[in-house]
Amino acid sequence: MKIGFYPGCSLTGSSREYNESVVALAKALDIELVEIKDWNCCGATAAHVMNEELSLSLPARIMAMAEEQGLTEVVVPCAACYNRLKVTQHELEDENKRTRVIEILKLPYRGDLKIINVLQMLEAYGAENIKTRVTRPFAHKVACYYGCLLVRPHSILKFDRVEDPQSMDTLIKGIGGTTLDWAFKTECCGAGFSVSRTDLVAKLSGNILKDAADRSAEAVIVACPLCQSNLDMRRGAINKTLKNPIDIPVIYITQAIGLALGIGAKELGLKRHFVTVEL
Amino acid sequence: MSKIGVFICHCGENISATVDVERVAREIGGMEGVAHAIDYKYMCSDPGQTFIKEAVKKYGLDGVVVGACSPRMHEPTFRRACAEAGLNPYLCEMANLREHCSWVHEKSEETTEKAIDLVKMMVEKVKKNKPLDSIKVPVTKRALVIGGGIAGIQASLDIANTGHKVILVERDPSIGGHMSQLSETFPTLDCSQCILTPRMVEVAQHPNIKLYTYAELESLEGFIGNFKAKIRLKAKSVNYSTCTGCGACIQKCPVKKIPSEFNAGLGTRTAIYVPFPQAVPNKPVIDRVNCNYYKRGACKICEKTCQVGSIEWDKEDEIITEEVGAVVLATGFDVKGTDFFPEYGYGQYKDVLTGLQFERLASASGPTFGEIRRPSDGAIPKKIVFIACAGSRDPAKGIPYCSKICCMYTAKHAMLYQHKVHDGESTVFYMDIRAGGKNYEEFVRRAIEEDTVNYVRGRVARVYEKNGKLIVKGVDTLLGGEQVEIEADMVVLATAGVANCGSEQLAQKLHVSYDPYHFFAEAHPKLKPVETNTAGIFLAGACQAPKDIPETVGMASGAAVKVAALFSNDELVREPVVAVVNRLAPPLYSTCVGCFMCETACPYNAIEHEEIKGRDGSLIRTIARVNQGLCQGCGTCVAFCRSKSIDIQGYTNEQVYAEVMSLLND
Repeated sequence: MKIGFYPGCSLTGSSREYNESVVALAKALDIELVEIKDWNCCGATAAHVMNEELSLSLPARIMAMAEEQGLTEVVVPCAACYNRLKVTQHELEDENKRTRVIEILKLPYRGDLKIINVLQMLEAYGAENIKTRVTRPFAHKVACYYGCLLVRPHSILKFDRVEDPQSMDTLIKGIGGTTLDWAFKTECCGAGFSVSRTDLVAKLSGNILKDAADRSAEAVIVACPLCQSNLDMRRGAINKTLKNPIDIPVIYITQAIGLALGIGAKELGLKRHFVTVEL
Repeated sequence: MSKIGVFICHCGENISATVDVERVAREIGGMEGVAHAIDYKYMCSDPGQTFIKEAVKKYGLDGVVVGACSPRMHEPTFRRACAEAGLNPYLCEMANLREHCSWVHEKSEETTEKAIDLVKMMVEKVKKNKPLDSIKVPVTKRALVIGGGIAGIQASLDIANTGHKVILVERDPSIGGHMSQLSETFPTLDCSQCILTPRMVEVAQHPNIKLYTYAELESLEGFIGNFKAKIRLKAKSVNYSTCTGCGACIQKCPVKKIPSEFNAGLGTRTAIYVPFPQAVPNKPVIDRVNCNYYKRGACKICEKTCQVGSIEWDKEDEIITEEVGAVVLATGFDVKGTDFFPEYGYGQYKDVLTGLQFERLASASGPTFGEIRRPSDGAIPKKIVFIACAGSRDPAKGIPYCSKICCMYTAKHAMLYQHKVHDGESTVFYMDIRAGGKNYEEFVRRAIEEDTVNYVRGRVARVYEKNGKLIVKGVDTLLGGEQVEIEADMVVLATAGVANCGSEQLAQKLHVSYDPYHFFAEAHPKLKPVETNTAGIFLAGACQAPKDIPETVGMASGAAVKVAALFSNDELVREPVVAVVNRLAPPLYSTCVGCFMCETACPYNAIEHEEIKGRDGSLIRTIARVNQGLCQGCGTCVAFCRSKSIDIQGYTNEQVYAEVMSLLND
């Protein structure tokens, strides 16, 4: 199985462990990831509040490059990148916008690339292999946290149940874990305010962690680099807002499955977290 | 040669703004066979009609063409005018210059030319028109009412009280509908059952009403005044002529855990059951899906208990046919369940209820005998949150319309709660308060001011459960968009009112149109609110759109008057637009060869066999004949006839060819 791969900036910087675990897991599941050549930033949270043309042109260039490379399907692990690419594809169904963006890019753009997130990739191409290759069942009670960008806006992404998504829960159950029925699956962690308004992030992420901890989760499972860094890196600030400090780790779905398949902690980047992972 | 009169209408400016009406009249006036052609501002007005009547007499017209609006609008008007002037009304035709021309085109030369063509076609057609006589059909003066809620009950009683027979069909084992489930009613807080049950009894005892409960309409054939309804009487498994309604069988039935429909799932019932103590008829039916005997072939405890031997295990559904002249649809509505709301817990939290479930909690006949208690642990909730517009006015949920009754019943719920739980706190989240109606606004103000219900203008984003509490997260949009979080013991959703299940199928059975939300469509949103587009079928109550009790009752009485008006005629007049098989002088008799292809094609079973006999009584030939009472003039038989022996009166092949040729001969 061969599939296009767009890592995006986070996965080469603050979330290297996500990249490492995606690559390691794909290898273990016989999925060959073909990185898009000469990819660029998707514009993230900044571009689309500053300049509409820029916010469409950046993701469009990534997709144009992938199309040129002959890829038909691309996995985008970062939830924000995934969201930007999908939304751009949707926006560019508009004839005028597409013409303008092609004019800016000076590249052909068809818009028929299939953009999927990591959960969709694992569901579609990994489910069978995961089932047969589990060597160390993931016998933990965890809270699957999806965040905002993976499921919203539903009318464009059309992925999972918007208020109570289930795809990550199904994957965790598949490797022997139990998942919580909890209230904060799709609440906001504070996202890009991590630097400018750490106090807000501490409050919002604190709400999420507190609910998971109150329901005795052993870990929070995520599929978004920003969610992970807010819940993990900002733990110090979060704990200052709480009566009882919380020490449950926040790991990626790829790391959880990697562990179940017997992949080493180092290979999965588990040593890079701020909150120690002992699972 | 023909003497046709042509009358072109300006329709105010509707036609004349885009069509050069004077030129149309001028050019048509020059056509062969046209004796008179004028244009006028409002042809349908009294002076306009007078022009037509006078012209018929003055010029001795033998045909009239009115170029105006759609024939659906004013064909009867102009035909009546012609008839008053002594011309056969079917010699008058309309050319639709408004909907088919001026409304759909810009002002231009071509638009006027199209108008001329449309009129020209009709002139050529009218030349071939023959005088026709309208068909008279008898009226069966018996009405069918479908649905035994308050709408059906009211319509049945009103029709029955005019002296006509009514057949009332109800799907459930008892009549009463949603109104029987309600606790108190707004804005007077009078007990719903106290005002409803006397009506239910009146229905059961009325000499003019035949009640079929546990029954459904199977099919409806025929037309206004002459319907044939097939009704499925579902097997009750209990013989009602011997059953005394003692209830011993219900006490002994071992299957006790079936969620009660009457209590909106909050209570339980047995497999042999009467839905509620005041049911009409007050005799049980066996729910075969849940009964041990039908499931496993053993039990029969009810049979052993029954003193009069009323249990009928092998009884099958029975289908009966009733002839009726009119139908009133009163099938009501349904409410969305809590499982429709992912953000409020997908129906998994026991203490998140629908408004209908809260009615049952507040009702003296409900599962808690009127005490407000949590379904999860039976505790009395100290904090309760009501969420109005749950689903309604939300295009993302596919329900863009307002359910109309929720603002009022939510105010009532909060009020009832405050009356019953004195130290309780209630909060209502709302979008707008829509309290249009007599004493409605005062009622809501009373809830807010006297009963101190906390009204918060804003939506609730999420409800989740934590430590036995329901956390309600919403926003107060009147206080600078501040977030509100309430730890509630119970949450009541005023879920959207939707079309009753099966309404789409029923509409298709009856050939009644329905809207995108499967509510039945009225014939005109303002002037024909109780009629449907199918003559003889009327609407009452919430099957047309969500509405409250007074409005439902008013509509039901309106439908009843329409039925009574229909029944005041002994005969109905029908358009003679029906198929006819040609008849010729002997020895030909007809070009029909008796192949009866038409019989196989006719959807209305209108083709009969006619035997042509000689003077000595010997059979010469068998040919087809059309029953004019049954024929709907669809023309399918005309297309099927191999020898071109059938034609539709008023739309003969000859007439249609004349229309087409008028365009080709330019």
